[in-house]
Amino acid sequence: MLGFSKKETDRAEAVADNAVMQGRSLLADARLRFRQNKAAMGSCVILGLIVAFVIIGPFFAVWDHETIDWTAMGDVVGLGAPSISSGHYFGVDDLGRDLYSRTIQATQTSLLVGLIGAGMALVVGTFYGIIAGYFGGRLDGLMMRFVDILLAIPTTLVIILILVVAGKSFTTLFLALGAVSWLTMSRIVRGQTLALKRREFIEAARAGGVSDAGIVTRHILPNLAGVVIVYASLLVPDMILAESFISFLGLGISEPNTSLGALIAEGAGTMAYGTIWQLLFPLFFYVTIIITMFFIGDGLRDALDPKDR
Amino acid sequence: MLSYTIRRLLVAIPTIFLLVVACFYMMHFAPGGPFTSERPLPPAVMANIEARYGLDQPLWKQLWDYLVNIFVHFDFGPSFKFKDRDVNDIIAQGFPISLTYGFLSFIVASAIGVALGVTAAIKHNSWIDYFAVSLGIAAQALPNFIMGPILILTFTLWLEWLPGGGWNGGQWQYLVMPVIALSTSYMGSISRITRSSMLEVLNSNFIRTAKAKGLSNRAIIWRHALKPTLMPVVSYLGPVFVYVLTGSVFVDIYFSTGGLGQAYVGSALSRDYAVLLGVTILYGALTVVVNLITDLAYAWLDPKIRY
Amino acid sequence: MTGEALADDQTFTYRILDEHSSVDPQVVEDVSGAEIVRDLFEGLMNQDEDGNLVPGVATGYTSNDDNTVYTFTLRPEAKWSNGDTVTAHDFVFAWRRAADPALASPYQWFIELMSIQNAAAIIAGETAPDQLGVKALDDHTFEVTLSAPLPYFPQMTTHSTTFPAPQKVIEAHGAEWTKPGNIVSNGAYVLTEHLPQERSTRERNAMYWDNDNTIVDKVVALVINDENVALTRYLAGELDRTEVPAGQFPRLKKEHPGEAISFPRLCNYYYTFNLSDSGPEVFKDVRVRKALALAVDRKIIVENVMAGGQTQAYSFAPTATAGFTPPTTEMATMTQAERDAMAIELLAEAGYDKGNPLKFNMIYNTSEGHKKIAVAMSQMWKQKLGVEVELGNMEWKVFLETRGNQDFELARGAWCGDYNEASTFLDLLDSNSGYNDGKFVSPRVDELLAAAKTAKDASANYTEVEQIIAAEMPVIPIYHYAGVYMMDSDVGNWPVNNVEQNWYSKNLYKIAE
Repeated sequence: MLGFSKKETDRAEAVADNAVMQGRSLLADARLRFRQNKAAMGSCVILGLIVAFVIIGPFFAVWDHETIDWTAMGDVVGLGAPSISSGHYFGVDDLGRDLYSRTIQATQTSLLVGLIGAGMALVVGTFYGIIAGYFGGRLDGLMMRFVDILLAIPTTLVIILILVVAGKSFTTLFLALGAVSWLTMSRIVRGQTLALKRREFIEAARAGGVSDAGIVTRHILPNLAGVVIVYASLLVPDMILAESFISFLGLGISEPNTSLGALIAEGAGTMAYGTIWQLLFPLFFYVTIIITMFFIGDGLRDALDPKDR
Repeated sequence: MLSYTIRRLLVAIPTIFLLVVACFYMMHFAPGGPFTSERPLPPAVMANIEARYGLDQPLWKQLWDYLVNIFVHFDFGPSFKFKDRDVNDIIAQGFPISLTYGFLSFIVASAIGVALGVTAAIKHNSWIDYFAVSLGIAAQALPNFIMGPILILTFTLWLEWLPGGGWNGGQWQYLVMPVIALSTSYMGSISRITRSSMLEVLNSNFIRTAKAKGLSNRAIIWRHALKPTLMPVVSYLGPVFVYVLTGSVFVDIYFSTGGLGQAYVGSALSRDYAVLLGVTILYGALTVVVNLITDLAYAWLDPKIRY
Repeated sequence: MTGEALADDQTFTYRILDEHSSVDPQVVEDVSGAEIVRDLFEGLMNQDEDGNLVPGVATGYTSNDDNTVYTFTLRPEAKWSNGDTVTAHDFVFAWRRAADPALASPYQWFIELMSIQNAAAIIAGETAPDQLGVKALDDHTFEVTLSAPLPYFPQMTTHSTTFPAPQKVIEAHGAEWTKPGNIVSNGAYVLTEHLPQERSTRERNAMYWDNDNTIVDKVVALVINDENVALTRYLAGELDRTEVPAGQFPRLKKEHPGEAISFPRLCNYYYTFNLSDSGPEVFKDVRVRKALALAVDRKIIVENVMAGGQTQAYSFAPTATAGFTPPTTEMATMTQAERDAMAIELLAEAGYDKGNPLKFNMIYNTSEGHKKIAVAMSQMWKQKLGVEVELGNMEWKVFLETRGNQDFELARGAWCGDYNEASTFLDLLDSNSGYNDGKFVSPRVDELLAAAKTAKDASANYTEVEQIIAAEMPVIPIYHYAGVYMMDSDVGNWPVNNVEQNWYSKNLYKIAE
């Protein structure tokens, strides 16, 4: 499920190298490059529309995401079909709950899962990687062996065990996703920190008596920003895909809340029973989000990597 | 190179050992045991069962016995759930199946993915490029588990071309749907990586030089561009290879293939400790070996790297 | 023989949800495994299509006056699939094996439940297994001595734990004896193929004593985890039988008349309040419990959510249970509107209304069907009573652990009868029962159930227990199960009247189309 390519890592590293060498002017440059990338800008607009829909959509909803429409429940195929007059714009799910509101709620969940999962990877991975890379030596060896071992544990097992041991909630879901995603991030950050540490300006700062904490916050972190942001943006769709897999296994978040993965898993089960809308609406939002995130991630990477095209 | 390989393999042993210990304790930390059932067993019966499987021993003793059995007798112990079978049996039956459809999916995904990516890059900004890019993105963006029911509805119920599931010793009719379902999303990502890598290579100085020297396009692509293009692809394929084997639970669930993916998830849910640990060790070892092969392949592709 | 033209291909193929746990009769513990074992092995007695007791390996039995010694006469023509005669010694070996702590079968409790002399001591490891109260008087006479009188003992010999086991084969092959090729069995079929997580095949046993009257040649069990995929494969003609997914029965019945079938089963579905000290204080108020039970619209759950011919439950034991007449309770006779009104009233008396809502959480194990019911119930309570329910789904083992430790407020429960008698259900509410997860304590119920064990006719006791349940409402009965299948119309003689669904492939046949 979570295949992170070394290529992404390599390119992200290239970004950081450039960032160090070219300094501030790069950011302005990158912004320009990003703006010129039509696919990325278009994706930003579409993603913006989805976010707007998630925020404004509920004001137009006739039903909320948990209330059962008892009349529609008795005849999901007929009365439960998408219709403006019944107030079920996207139809109803198998229990007669409004799919319009549920899709909005699910989209919220999936976006949050993507952002927070990637955010956790970003925070934990950066912290861990900087410590290992900056202090180096035996500590580094120990910390990286630990990461190697964790990387050898199948992700499915980690996710199942966390969700089984800690029970199901938003928090554990984020915990499970964060637990499997920070490892690669920490490796990238460590490699970058190792390289940065040997640069003259760091040596100079150290000679000038700046404390370790000062060097890390003032010199290393800012120079890592590019690589970390690019990698995190590539993680967001991975997290959403991973969540859908968890939902497929029945280990996702609890009712009445739902996620796009959960709705798709339900809809996929009943697609031959004349209620195809139960699959198509959530799938549309899911695929759109993933694709726009791909393009935005690619755009960010290309913008921050001037050697490319 | 040889000493590097040996060193890496030596490091793998403590890694796998720690993996076993970590999984063992994590597993026992999960609520419920292999014999927790809807009908709570009378204490005397439970005591007999625990004595038979050694579950009445302290945890460290259980772990020790387990490790001794593995390393001395190469015996992963009996399954707690499937009482007619032991773990060696389950792995011997399920792993070849997972390996077969996993490996085929891997080949299909790589072959089509690379071909699609290379074609798209060569015909950059043409309709072929756009078509290949859209196909790749769509394949990657669909959650792969929905391929299961879609394929069965299409090929079994409507077209009546293929059997709806089973393995039957790996006859081709039974392989088609699992391989399509499993390879689609990886095919998508491989084509995307290949395309952007190829574009990068085609824009690089040495290709420009080759063009300037008047070499034919075909020669440039086959002789010069392909190898560097494949480098990032190869590093992506390593993890993918492990994932097609471990992440194949949905294939086993939908197509009743009897592979290890389902046995693995099932053993975690039924607390079949022995099966879970056995398969974890197998997967862990596989990960280590595949990572090593990836690194060696990387060295072969990039003469700059020396171990 | 059947009065219908038979098909040339006598193969019966059906779907099972999950791989069977074992085909060893003394070890098997799951339903799909027991189905296979019932075809491979034959016990002393069998059940017919209606669940009545009919001869198996035994042609009949006699008992002494106080029902403590049973003597079974075995038919001399019964043979194992290797040609050996089935003798009383095979039963002695099997029953001792079942009780033996060394085998550590999870079904040792069944031998104890049968009250065989010394069973409890053997299981506890205090006595050797050869002290079990079973004896081969000669090759064809098997005698059992019980420690307590048990009028329904012969019914228990239809259970797989009591089937004979081939001593020589087990000693020769050890744990490998159940593998196809090694296995020797005395039933109408032998196991010829087992592909784990894929399928198992059993074929006609030419040595079976009643082989001439067996029609189906080959039975194939396909493991298909996903019920929707199973239905697709059924519709594609790959299966003769599969379960109908919740809610799809009416549509399938319309589209495939004669194939979608539904019949009552001996199982109940309920929610239990946690009445122990760790349970919420508010559930100790009977008005609250009653209000919640009243407000569940069972008609909607049965007709719209499950929609498979299940019956609404107002008693704990299913109405299909033999010799059981549920009492006519107040709740069963009211209309849903009256129930709702009464629920609001009761809850108000207890101090809760929409302004001051009752709050609690309910747990169920992860499954599409359980989720639907839990969501529907929580919405009924919310819309009618303003009750705020937090839903929690748990993975099966966690759920069992949580419920067994009284670490819940309201929890799902379901039970399928071990035998066709009301006590198999009502015993769950005995305060000493290990399955009484809600910790309901009523001395009167305990007393009635204890008396029922030895009573000639216990139905009055059962009716009174149900009346107490209706008054105290320690559980909310929701519905009683139905077997809801897609069954190919060419399958003849499926035992729809056997509420325990103990079916034997040898009694089925395939009709020519």
